[in-house]
Amino acid sequence: MHPAVEIEDLTVAYGDKPVLWDVDLRVPRGVLMGIIGPNGAGKTTLLKATLGLVKPAAGSVRILGRPYEQQRRLVAYVPQRSSVDWDFPTTVLDVVLMGRYGHLGWIRRPGRAERAVALAALEQVQMADFAQRQIGQLSGGQQQRVFLARALAQNAEVYFMDEPFQGVDAVTERAIIQILRDLRAAGKTVVVVHHDLQTVPEYFDQVALINVRRIAAGPVREVFTETNLRATYGGRLAILGRNGAADAVTTPTPAPGD
Amino acid sequence: MELFTDYTLRTVTIGSMLLGAISGLLGCFAVLRRQALLGDAMSHAALPGIALAFLITGQRDTFTLLIGAAIAALAAALWLLAIVRTSRIKDDTALALVLAVFFGFGLVLLSYVQRQPTAAQAGLKSFLFGQAAALVERDLWAMLVISGPALALVALFWPSIKLISFDPDFARSLGLPVRRVEVLLTGVIVAAIVIGLQTVGVVLMSAMLIAPAVAARQWTNRLETMVLLAAGFGALAAFAGAWISALGDRIATGPVIVLTMSGLTAVSLLIAPERGLLWQRWRLTRWRQIGNNH
Ligand SMILES: Nc1ncnc2c1ncn2[C@@H]1O[C@H](COP(=O)(O)OP(=O)(O)OP(=O)(O)O)[C@@H](O)[C@H]1O
Ligand SMILES: [Mg+2]
Repeated sequence: MHPAVEIEDLTVAYGDKPVLWDVDLRVPRGVLMGIIGPNGAGKTTLLKATLGLVKPAAGSVRILGRPYEQQRRLVAYVPQRSSVDWDFPTTVLDVVLMGRYGHLGWIRRPGRAERAVALAALEQVQMADFAQRQIGQLSGGQQQRVFLARALAQNAEVYFMDEPFQGVDAVTERAIIQILRDLRAAGKTVVVVHHDLQTVPEYFDQVALINVRRIAAGPVREVFTETNLRATYGGRLAILGRNGAADAVTTPTPAPGD
Repeated sequence: MELFTDYTLRTVTIGSMLLGAISGLLGCFAVLRRQALLGDAMSHAALPGIALAFLITGQRDTFTLLIGAAIAALAAALWLLAIVRTSRIKDDTALALVLAVFFGFGLVLLSYVQRQPTAAQAGLKSFLFGQAAALVERDLWAMLVISGPALALVALFWPSIKLISFDPDFARSLGLPVRRVEVLLTGVIVAAIVIGLQTVGVVLMSAMLIAPAVAARQWTNRLETMVLLAAGFGALAAFAGAWISALGDRIATGPVIVLTMSGLTAVSLLIAPERGLLWQRWRLTRWRQIGNNH
């Protein structure tokens, strides 16, 4: 059986500055994988290159054994929340419906069936009461859940999420991680860009440490070690000791090029 | 009312309203995609196209000149995209650059044309500020022929256009033809500009694209409503503008229309519920009063 995601020799550059260098990554099916790395490490770029949003200088990406272009309907994407204008004149339900557009094609309007899927997805993230709200009138955590609902409406096999926990409170974070676990229980694969090192062992089965190069990737127990974290974060890491890497905490750092 | 009996006045009014509605509708996409300045650059860039079309063909036929305008506006848009994509120059800088180069070149060409001995060049200058009074019935048909297909395409691709305007990366991940729809949107905005050139001219045209959209956004949170409202505002401003300028003696219609539109926009920015400045201030003081009573 093919792995969910297979990235080989991926190199991406903006202008002449390489942002990802010769990255290999295999994501087995049915796992929750965290992508970890400092600001500007190329995590967002890795997702975008995987989804064909930026053109790699070299390398190949396969989703469930085939190029991405042939597998679009099996892939769902949650962009970084800050990537869109939340003052855009549209409603929560409309945004979630956009998750169905890949199945509808260029021209067809979403109908009753699509609305049912979208409303179910909103129910799942506990946002059904907000369906008719203008998206600008949501809190950051609610916006994040709307984006998650849109991805759920895509009804995919492989989910890519860029910092879905950014700016959400503890309760919402619990709710989101539960949804991700439900996806995994249903046999889906979820790849999540994540920033909080402390929760990595609790949330994920697998982890990839990225800083331009792939430092390490694999099961959390094997890969999430102090040595690997130091190699990823350089001197900007304070290890609090006791149980080793599980207690690793990043010190606040200036974000280069963020 | 004289407006509906006088043939010239009726043509001018209907033509202006058509222009106002179409540019208001299509301008929404320029505003929502944060490309308001692109519309500005493209309308200014039309000027050298008009002058060149005249110099090359020797015709002062409206249709020839407008084709020249469209080509120049598209060339400016493409050049701009190429600059942004291939260099580190930011898009507002690139816009300023493209606008200055094309408009400057247009003014130079225009002054050259003006010194030509032929009488044919007369009136070319009216494209600077527009000359609504010169509209004839044939121009109205030209407007319809240009705008009809543009509007039909927007209606056909509406779902894709909406998604691409909101979240182009997500649209691309779904496999929607983002690049082609962006070209289509740029194309229809060029169409709107070309339609407006005769009436309001290259300098004020961008106001007719942007102002109705900004005003409409104040009153609604739905894209569909916003687009229709913007069309309505544009038409209303054009109607009022044509009417006001007909009252006075020899007041140019185009600038009056733009002024009326600006007035509508200013009012919308002030008093629209939820988003208006005065509304927000009023609500704030109300909350304070409620707070003080406790
Ligand atoms: N469109 C772009 N043009 C030029 N450089 C870019 C572009 N997007 C990202 N970069 C650069 O590429 C590098 C990696 O960016 P990326 O967004 O992938 O980082 P990231 O790991 O997601 O960071 P963060 O944790 O801040 O989200 C950064 O140095 C950034 O400055
Ligand atoms: Mg990122």
